Parts: sequence; C-alpha cells; structure tokens
Amino acid sequence: MRNLVSIEDLDRSAIERILELAANIGQVADRPIKKLPSLRGRLVINLFYEASTRTRSSFELAAKRLSADVLNLVASGSSVEKGESLRDTVATLSAYGPDAIVIRSPHAGAPALLAGWTRAAVINAGDGKHQHPTQALLDCYTLIERLGSLEGCNIWIVGDVLHSRVARSCIQAFRMLGAQVTVAGPPTLVPDEFAQLGATVEHSLERMREADVVYALRMQLERMEDTLLPSLREYTTHFQVNSRRLGPRQLLMHPGPVNRGIELSGEVIDSPQSLITNQVAAGVVVRMAVLYEVLAGAPPEGNSPDSQSPALEPQTA
Amino acid sequence: MSTLAAVSRPPAELLLRGASVLDPNARIDGRHDVLVREGEIAEIGAPGSLQAPAGAQTVEAEGKHLFPAFVDPHVHLRSPGQEHKEDLETGTRAAAAGGYCAVVAMPNTDPVLDHPALLRGLLMAAARDARIPVGFMAAISVGLHGERLTEMSELREVGAVGFTDDGRPVADAGLLRHACRYQLLCDGVLALHEEDPSLSGVGVMHEGAVSVALGLAGIPSISESTMIARDALIAEHERARVHFQHISARSSVDALAGARERGVRASGEVTPHHLLLTHEDVRGLDTSFKMNPPLRSEDDRAALIDALRDGTIECIATDHAPHARDEKNVPFEQAPMGTTGLESSFAVLYTELVAPGVITLELLLERLSAGARLLELEVPLIAVGRSANLCLFDLDASWRIGEAGYESRSSNCCFAGREVRGRNLLTLADGAVAYRERAFALSAA
Repeated sequence: MRNLVSIEDLDRSAIERILELAANIGQVADRPIKKLPSLRGRLVINLFYEASTRTRSSFELAAKRLSADVLNLVASGSSVEKGESLRDTVATLSAYGPDAIVIRSPHAGAPALLAGWTRAAVINAGDGKHQHPTQALLDCYTLIERLGSLEGCNIWIVGDVLHSRVARSCIQAFRMLGAQVTVAGPPTLVPDEFAQLGATVEHSLERMREADVVYALRMQLERMEDTLLPSLREYTTHFQVNSRRLGPRQLLMHPGPVNRGIELSGEVIDSPQSLITNQVAAGVVVRMAVLYEVLAGAPPEGNSPDSQSPALEPQTA
Repeated sequence: MSTLAAVSRPPAELLLRGASVLDPNARIDGRHDVLVREGEIAEIGAPGSLQAPAGAQTVEAEGKHLFPAFVDPHVHLRSPGQEHKEDLETGTRAAAAGGYCAVVAMPNTDPVLDHPALLRGLLMAAARDARIPVGFMAAISVGLHGERLTEMSELREVGAVGFTDDGRPVADAGLLRHACRYQLLCDGVLALHEEDPSLSGVGVMHEGAVSVALGLAGIPSISESTMIARDALIAEHERARVHFQHISARSSVDALAGARERGVRASGEVTPHHLLLTHEDVRGLDTSFKMNPPLRSEDDRAALIDALRDGTIECIATDHAPHARDEKNVPFEQAPMGTTGLESSFAVLYTELVAPGVITLELLLERLSAGARLLELEVPLIAVGRSANLCLFDLDASWRIGEAGYESRSSNCCFAGREVRGRNLLTLADGAVAYRERAFALSAA
C-alpha cells in the first residue's frame, strides 16, 4: 500500500491485514520499552491545516514509537498563513526528503492532490468533511478487540452525519467488515442520500435499542448559525444519547472531543459500556500499523529500491 | 445599437469546391461550390461549376462539411484585468478555432464593465486585438454589487449588446424590476445568472448523492429554478425581455417552459458541459469539473437534451470560462468555477449527441448560432449576398481534446483527453479568414 487517502482505497483483506498488524504492535505497547526500530532514520511530516489534538499527537507518538523522525507543521505561524499554496508548501517540504506526509486539511481531496505532487507516502488524517480513514480503522480495531468480529453487527451512527468525515469513513469500513450501519439524526443533518452509501437512514432514536453499538458524533455549535438546528436544547431532547436511551448491553463510541451534556450525557461517557478511551489507545497502535504498512514495504526515500526492508522487531536494549 | 468589434482584415477571395453545404436556416443541404468575393458569398453553384477568379484562392473541400459559423452569446474573455487567464486576442483565436464567427463577452472583469467609458475602451481594444467580432454585455448593477443600476441607456448607445450580472444573480427582486422597466427606454436583453444565494450557500457542486458521498457543500437545483420562476414573473409583469443563462436543472426547464406558455418573453441557453456531463464526473474531485451552475444529475441532463430538442432552450452557449493552471491546481473547494469550451463545443456535441442519433446535425447547427437571434444580432446564413461567416469541418477526423494544446491562454477544459470526431479546418468571420488549421493548406488557384 503506497498511500492511505480513503477507505475506498482498501478492501476487506487490506483492512484485516492492517488490524492484525495493529494487534501485533499492540502487544508491544504493553511492554516496558514501547519502541520499535522499524522506521529508524525515516522522516514523517505531520502537516496539519486544522486544529487537532488527538489525531496529531497519536500520529506523532506512532511515528516515534517506530523510531522515525517527526516534523510537525501546523497552519498557524507557518508560511501557509503568508498565502503559500498547498502545492508550493509540498514542494518545499519534499526538499527535506520525507518518507511519509500525514496531512489534515479543511478541504476534501487535498491528500489525493498531495499524493500526485510528492514521492512521499501520503496518509490522510482528515480532509474536509470527506474522509478520515485512520479514525475508521481505529474504530474497527476497537470494536473487534471487544466483539471479535463486526460480522452481522448493528451499528448506529448518531448526530451531525452530514458534516462528519468520520461518519463517511466509518460507514464504508464497518460495512466492508460485515456490519449493518444506520445513520440517525435530524433531517437537516442526515439527508436521505446516505442510503446510497449503504446506510439505513433514521430521523429518530426510537429503534436505537436494536443497535449493538451506538456511535455518537460531535455536534458543532456552528450548525446553529447555519440554521440547521433551532437550538442545542431541542437537539438534546431528541437525539442525546443518555442512560434512558442507551441499553445496558449496548456499546458506546465517540470520535472526540465530546461535548458533555450535548450529544452524550455525562453518565454514559463514564459508564463501563463506553469505549471512548479504548478508541484513543487504539489510535496509536493503528496509526503505527498504517505507517508501517505504507513505509516498511517501500525503500527509504532517496535509497535504491533493493535496500532491505526494516524488520518489525522489538528494540533490544 | 449593439456594436461588435474586431481587427479589420482583408476580405476573403475564396472558392470552396465541392463541400457538403448544410445550413438549416438557409435550407441548403447538398454538395455545392461556394464562391466568396470581397468577403461576401457571391455565388453558390453545382459542384465543379464555379471557377476561381484571378487572385482568389481555391479550397478543395470535397468530403468536408461547410456550415454557417457559430455565435456564442456567453463567453468570458477576462479583459480587462485578468489577462493571465485570457485576453481579447487569445479568446477570439480560441473561438475562431472552434468555428465561431462572433462571441459576446461577459462584464465580470476587473474592473467590472459597468461604465460607458470602459465599454468605449474595450471596443477600441477589440478593434485592435480581436480576431473575430466581439460584442460586450454591460453589467446590470454597478460593480455587480446588486444595489444600483448602471447607466444602461448610455451603455446601449456606446454599443452594449445587453445587460447581465453574470457570475452572480440579481438577488434583489426590486432591482431586477427596475432594470426591466428601464429596458423600455434602452432595449437590450437582460441575461440572467439564476441562483438564490440563500439556497446555494457555500456550495461547490450539485447537491445530491455525490456531494453527500464526498462531504462537499451542495448547490440544490431549486437554487436556480426558484429564481427562474421568480424572474419570469417579474418579466411578465413588466413585459420585459429576459434570457436565462446556462440552465442546468429539470425544474428550471419546467419553469421556463411554463413562462413561455404564458407568453413571457423569455429565452434560455444551455452549455455543452451540462448537456454531456453529470455530478458523477465530480467524484474524482478534478477541478476541471467545477463550474457554476454545477454539473447536475442524469435526470437533469436528460431534461436539458429534451429542452434543446423541443426548443424550450433555444441556443447553446459555452460559458467559456478560462482560469490559469495554478488557480485550478488546488483542492476542489478552493478552485474557481468554470471550464473553457470554445475549442471543443462542436466536436464534443457532434460526437456525443449527433453521431449516436440523439439530436440531428441540423438541430445542433441551428442551436449553435441561435444565440445571435436571441441577442438581436445577425444570424450567419449561407446565402448569396451575405457576409461570409463560414466554418469547414472534417467530420471524419478523430482527435483528442487538448492533444495539441489550446489557442486559449488557459487549459481548464472539462473535456480534455476525450476522443472526438469533427475537426474544424477553416473559419471565416465577417468576410475574412479568421482561422485555418495548420495542416490544411489553402492552395492558390
């Protein structure tokens, strides 16, 4: 695999391979020394055009645990603020000879464009409202860790589905692994066109009890300004996932950061059925697996193709 | 009162021998010799019957098709102010290459064409630079701000073909009503870019299954059709003459058809890209497919073809909208809207609609010049005594759009790379040779 731009780049076997790799890496994560030498001497650039805490830090941690060098660039305070185009920024960064560029952009398709402009492997860390493939992979990992398989699993994605790149990637990934996906929320935020992505569309939570997994999305305050919602109060009345609506055997997920008391009530966040912190932990091992997958098979940037692939072995002291 | 301007060129002295001549307006369909003297069609005779007079060139046109040249009521020549995209010279060269003998340029330039002095200057520039006659539409509102009317009457006296805020809608119904009333004083078609800003929002493509899949903000078809319905009612009330630009949706076609049935003086145009492409083409996020109005659904496309066929939509306009490479080489949401079209329009429509039998060649030819009639300009005609406005096509020649570059300064063509049939060899505009394909020699008699 050269790049990871979209879940559509993957098939079921590719997803399963990455998740298996992540499971192997996960065993290392429990050891006292968590670092692997696999990507020693490789350069990973995190290019973030949008604010992000957990995605950026987990990519950074993932690269460091694989012994890669990491360069973090954020839009504020960089040449981007001075009006440099994406293409020129990439040309500049490419001069450092990065092996991988992890990009987060407010614009759909930016990672795919980047892949055409650089020899580095490109990993999409979220592009506009389009795709967030590593989030979907870590969500699959989290669920398989708990359930063993997604085959026949009934997953409800609840909230602002229209503006969610997480939802788009998750619908595709969950379905590829055999799950049934329902998207639910107010009609202004859950248009019927989601049916064409293979999801069932619901505009109430009445039947949510049928779900094995409830995946709540973050509600953005700007939706009120867009007049897509009359008020947060009304939203919570109909669509908040709380202990009244969530059954005791249902698992709860959320991509973070959570608006406590809005899309989720406090008690369900802190309940044992919540997998939210498992998702964060999975973020590191799955991103390690993705970095390994795109880089370990490829020769280091600038070296001849016959140089040896680095081994996935624990670093020995 | 409309003024078209171009560089003055020596009038053609030309004998076109044995071409298949087709002009639905002149009711000519058959092999003929056509003699052009001093830029006028002097004689039309049986093949082999005409002799080239001394000094005239002969074109051996057997197996080729001679058509009345096309007129585009809607192009962006980007002058003044955006000459890095296009200028009067490159834009009219592109038009001549596509078989056009006249084009009408839109006023959303920098500065906006909203003042008589600017129009005077542009007409002078066209007389210096334009390879084929160019007419100019002036803005309806000063600066395209939608607040105050331009000096429409004086603009008409200087030669404005009509008025438009193209690129933007006239959102304020009151302002449009006043423009309609003012039209009684000065004439000139009001050409309307129809879009309700409150429905389009920050949309960058058609709202539908593809925009939902890609997570892009959508522009619903009702953004266009509700405004067509509104403005048809305003035009009806004021008995004004309006022209709806680049119609893209079935609901818009229905609104226009309804208005026409009520006797509203309304016409419409459609672009080659809305006739041939859909929002499915946007899936790859190639910015060549980003235009306004956006490419819509297959159902919309079918309605546009039907409307073109039954005459609800009377003409084809390219909305030729050049943009520099660097401007389009950005993420989809950031890219400017528009595609070039002058050099590809006949070939793509012939290949995709005429060759498979969806529409006839006669209908295509009629619709490619009907824009002239709608804007009250002269419609090119292959008839003795008329100025030579002709194009000569090889309908068997296959080529790939953009394979040899473009005459336009810009290359943002949504049809780039398509294999097409039908290549223009020669264009005569207002009696002079405006384009000759490189390999196609004019041999002296």
